[in-house]
Amino acid sequence: MIQALETDPNLEMILGMGAHAPSVPFERAEFVRADQNYSIVNRIVKATQVDTILHTFMVTNSAGISNRRVHEINVIGTMNLLAAAGAPGSSVRHIVVKSSTLVYGSSARDPNTFGEDTPRSAPATHSIERALLEAESLVRDFSEDNPGTLVTVLRFANVLGPHLTTAISASLSRPLCPSIFGFDPLLQFVEEDDVVRALLHVTRGGIPGLYNVAGEGRLPWSEVAGICGSWRVPLSPYSPLKFHPLVRLFDLPPELGDLLRYGRGVDTRRLAATGFLYRATSAGAVESFIRAKRLRRAVGRAPTSYTYEYDVEQFFAHSPSVTGPAGT
Amino acid sequence: MPCGRDDALEDPRLSDVDEWGRSERFRALARSLYEPVYSKWFRVRWEGLEKIPDEGGALLVANHAGAIPSDAPVIMHGIEKELGRPVYGLADHFFRTVPVVGTLWARGGGVSARPANAYRLLREQGQLVLDFPEGTKGPSKSFTDRYQLRRFGRGGFVEIAMRAGVPIIPIAVTGSEEAMPVLFRLPAVAKVLGLPYFPVTANLLALGPLGVLVPFPAKFTLRVLDPVSFDVPPDQERYSKSRVMDEAERIRTLIQESVYDMLRGRRSVWLG
Repeated sequence: MIQALETDPNLEMILGMGAHAPSVPFERAEFVRADQNYSIVNRIVKATQVDTILHTFMVTNSAGISNRRVHEINVIGTMNLLAAAGAPGSSVRHIVVKSSTLVYGSSARDPNTFGEDTPRSAPATHSIERALLEAESLVRDFSEDNPGTLVTVLRFANVLGPHLTTAISASLSRPLCPSIFGFDPLLQFVEEDDVVRALLHVTRGGIPGLYNVAGEGRLPWSEVAGICGSWRVPLSPYSPLKFHPLVRLFDLPPELGDLLRYGRGVDTRRLAATGFLYRATSAGAVESFIRAKRLRRAVGRAPTSYTYEYDVEQFFAHSPSVTGPAGT
Repeated sequence: MPCGRDDALEDPRLSDVDEWGRSERFRALARSLYEPVYSKWFRVRWEGLEKIPDEGGALLVANHAGAIPSDAPVIMHGIEKELGRPVYGLADHFFRTVPVVGTLWARGGGVSARPANAYRLLREQGQLVLDFPEGTKGPSKSFTDRYQLRRFGRGGFVEIAMRAGVPIIPIAVTGSEEAMPVLFRLPAVAKVLGLPYFPVTANLLALGPLGVLVPFPAKFTLRVLDPVSFDVPPDQERYSKSRVMDEAERIRTLIQESVYDMLRGRRSVWLG
């Protein structure tokens, strides 16, 4: 995301903030390693006078993360960020939030496609859905309290691509992937690259509003597994997912249980109306993921060519001895 | 909405399952398996099939009967076979919760009966959609009440057609009642099994457990009535409730009269 932003000459300053070090080199962006602690965020926003915040750290896959931590990151973290952005005298003019279609849930009563204004069929039972819903409602409150600031919320469908790892991509990477016996739901995906491009599109264009982001078309899970060359292991439909012994093998988050039963479709025409063009359909996203996977399987994982070292980056950024670009 | 870019990635599909879950290949297979039932067992006869348009959306409504109704597969098979147009059948979302059966039902064109789904199919995609306004009241009625159409819901189907701007095409069906007649119901058993109703049919008594699968070979006659259009603008938020109820009752009466007319002309249940 930051690399894409760096290509825009109009952007004077780009600052990345996160709990983990970046895995790709930046040309001119800076990076601060911090968690979503309010006072830190507040100080950074005040000191740098940023006018745009891209809020991308919300957790959308609860595998291996406790419910409390999910709540901590999604709800408290969002609250801190919004509080810092909404402080009196704040320079922030635009907030873009990366949310997820998980907020719609997945149930038998769902309509075939969810529009942005379509309500859920049933109240959220999974903690990650509740956390995301709460985070979105905080964003809505912020938007009402700060009418002068543009607020954009993008709800992304399940992401697949060459680099990202998600619960679904991890399942599809193995020769055996989970499925619920007797169910073959239709799923919708968005390609990794389109995620970045969508965030760029609304950031550069200063486009406020709520948008679904997903590739066109829906695929049955059997077809997704077929494209990825993975055999589906049927799990019993009558026991909740977390009680099934095989689940530990697959490391599945509980919200995936409903998705693998009923699937989910979202209507994406609102974003298309703002002029956004997708590069990949749902099937294209699956293909993009599996092509990269096949290459990695064939040649083995290449050693990462870049390691983030704080002192080195500081040297490149601030030392008067550095005359040329940092290079890679 | 397209990938309009030049560098768009390809869209590699292995199956022909569409966004509703329906697969034409699966339907073709289902039709070839059902064909003997359709033409030899039920000996289905249509009147007025030409009233169904070749293109554009239309809401087909019919009377509903038989413990496990055969009218839905017969109508869908007949229209797909004779007119070559796909038919999507609206049914309770309950189907989606049943393993295996739910998936097969979806692959065959079954769609959850939500107004949003019907609108999308009719208005945006111009498809033929089949609905039974009696709901479960139709199939669950006993043989003594045969061919007396139950209330057509709350008129929701009329509102769907008005909002989508498509005509309603009523279809009157005879033969469905006798194919699997309900002698009486066991509500206690239905509650335990989680079913909307549990019928004891003549088939069960005659054939034992096989009676669940095998309908009697009643002759099916289906009469397509003239399309009913509404002179109201589409895409409105609300439609006059009294108008909706009037139209629903009118259509119900149309089908009821047609059914009685067909029964008068029917010499034999089994031979037509």
